[in-house]
Amino acid sequence: MDTPQESNQPQIPNPPPVADTQGKAVHDGPILELSGISVHYGAVIALNDVSLGVRRGEVVAVMGPNGAGKSTVLKAIMGLAPVVAGEVFWRKAPLAAATHEIVKEGIAFVPQGRRVFTHLTIEENLEMGCLHLKDKAEKQRRLDGVMRIFPILQSKRGDLASAMSGGQQQMLALGRGLMAAPDVLLLDEPTLGLAPIVVKEVFDKVSEISDELKTTIMIVEHNIKGVLDIVDRAHVLDKGRIVFTGTPNAIRSSDILTHVFLGKSGAS
Amino acid sequence: MQAETEHDRSFTQIVRKPQALVAAARNNVELWANLLIIGWALGFMLWQGVGFAITVGTVFAIWAILSVSLNLVVGFTGLLSVGHVGFFGIGAYTVAILTSDAKYEQLRTEAIPTFGWPFFAALPLGVLLAGIVAIAVGVVFNRFRDDIYVLVSFGFAIISFNVFLNWRNLTRGAFGIHEIPRPAVGSWVLDRELEFLIFALALLGLIMLLSWLIVTSSFGRVLTAIREDEQAIAVFGYRTTHYKLAVWTISAMMAGLAGGLFASWTRFVDPNSFILLESMLLVAIVILGGLATIWGSLLGAMAFVLLEEGMRFLPFLPAIHIGQARLVVLGILLVLLMLFRPQGLVGRYRL
Repeated sequence: MDTPQESNQPQIPNPPPVADTQGKAVHDGPILELSGISVHYGAVIALNDVSLGVRRGEVVAVMGPNGAGKSTVLKAIMGLAPVVAGEVFWRKAPLAAATHEIVKEGIAFVPQGRRVFTHLTIEENLEMGCLHLKDKAEKQRRLDGVMRIFPILQSKRGDLASAMSGGQQQMLALGRGLMAAPDVLLLDEPTLGLAPIVVKEVFDKVSEISDELKTTIMIVEHNIKGVLDIVDRAHVLDKGRIVFTGTPNAIRSSDILTHVFLGKSGAS
Repeated sequence: MQAETEHDRSFTQIVRKPQALVAAARNNVELWANLLIIGWALGFMLWQGVGFAITVGTVFAIWAILSVSLNLVVGFTGLLSVGHVGFFGIGAYTVAILTSDAKYEQLRTEAIPTFGWPFFAALPLGVLLAGIVAIAVGVVFNRFRDDIYVLVSFGFAIISFNVFLNWRNLTRGAFGIHEIPRPAVGSWVLDRELEFLIFALALLGLIMLLSWLIVTSSFGRVLTAIREDEQAIAVFGYRTTHYKLAVWTISAMMAGLAGGLFASWTRFVDPNSFILLESMLLVAIVILGGLATIWGSLLGAMAFVLLEEGMRFLPFLPAIHIGQARLVVLGILLVLLMLFRPQGLVGRYRL
């Protein structure tokens, strides 16, 4: 199957200057980078020689149709996917930490489907995000910080997470990720199964996190229209390969999305 | 697993508005379950006399220690183990072998080494041994989850039973070990049934306190999180295998304690007390009472013991069939419970 624009070469180490749509400072070199990653689930090739990266302060989307391997990108970073080739680089050094140690490196993962602990209270859920932290004052400071971004969590802090709506649980999942005070936040389909009005709210919060906390964010999304409004760059995946990398405007003006989502063999 | 938060809410309503008590009580299954079982226990005591109630109370204390300890693993951490009886047996056999009376030795058809230790020296060793075996077994078990976990723990129960049965120069196999002394402090021997009951209830209280401290700590919250979503909690920097191994070992040590208590109380152990069925009954008690609730495990153990002991006296049952009839009734009860109240009598979660 030919693809219109093959760009799965490791183009990130020396990135071309990227037009920064939001006027934010973009630092040189990726803070987190996948280089030539291949992931096989048995005979199924989920990722095939994928190289992509995210620079400090950026919001980067990984998009693509179902089964393109979007979530596998994040799982490969977190050590939750069987990587057969390639390497993940974190601050220019190979990321060798085990899954449970990665959060201490400064990478927090907000998994698909929210996965909050429904039988714990909201506050206890948030504390789960930083139990490795022994400093009580720092924990309280982070708790206050998260509550400031998500006032809904403040007002319901003693309630069980099971009593929250899907959108509120997503806010809780985001807040739980932020409790680790990460340099990079990995979001896996944060709007999955949410009502359109809530989807907007989630994207607004992601922007807010990026603007106020200067957190670098890699977001895997199926909701193209919404996510393109909040990201600096996006990688488009199809059948386990990167087929396009560019700014939202570059993506909107190309027919790459039509191509990968609707399967039209578009002119290139 | 489903949440059951209605009870919490109704409780606060009662506190705020006492007149709502009657209305709230009418639909409060937990309240009725509590009243029923406590009333049943008191009625049983009046019916059969205090003497027999003391015996039943001791059986209850031992089952309750076992069910509270198993609930830590099954209810709070979500690991369905049917191998708990193995640790119960390790504790019982350690105490039996180390304390059994030397004078009895020449009467034995099969000789085993005699140590003649005091009970309070043997019990900690039994608890420790259960813990050591639990660590060794748990390291392997940690590789499994859910249904496979049930199967491997099933395997552990079978293996431990066969060790008790066939390691004859240590356990005397099917002959069992007799003449196990009661606990003694100096010259004061806990020979009277009431003394032993108080001792057993004190240990039960200790186990409950320890369990309560565990489940209300941050360690306990991680266990709850493991039950709900092990991968999600691993992502937040928790080495879940360590937590699972820790709670598994603590639970096994508690079961070992119950075993030592049991051996000293019955003064006789043989492999038949540690068959797989006992493990299954224990899981049934935990589910009957309710997962992830310490009080529920007490209620479950009480209901089970009352059912088991109470049916001895039913006039219409021929004596020889009572043993099987008890299991039939228990089985029917469990099926009914799963149909109408899957979270158990006072439970918060479903399997």
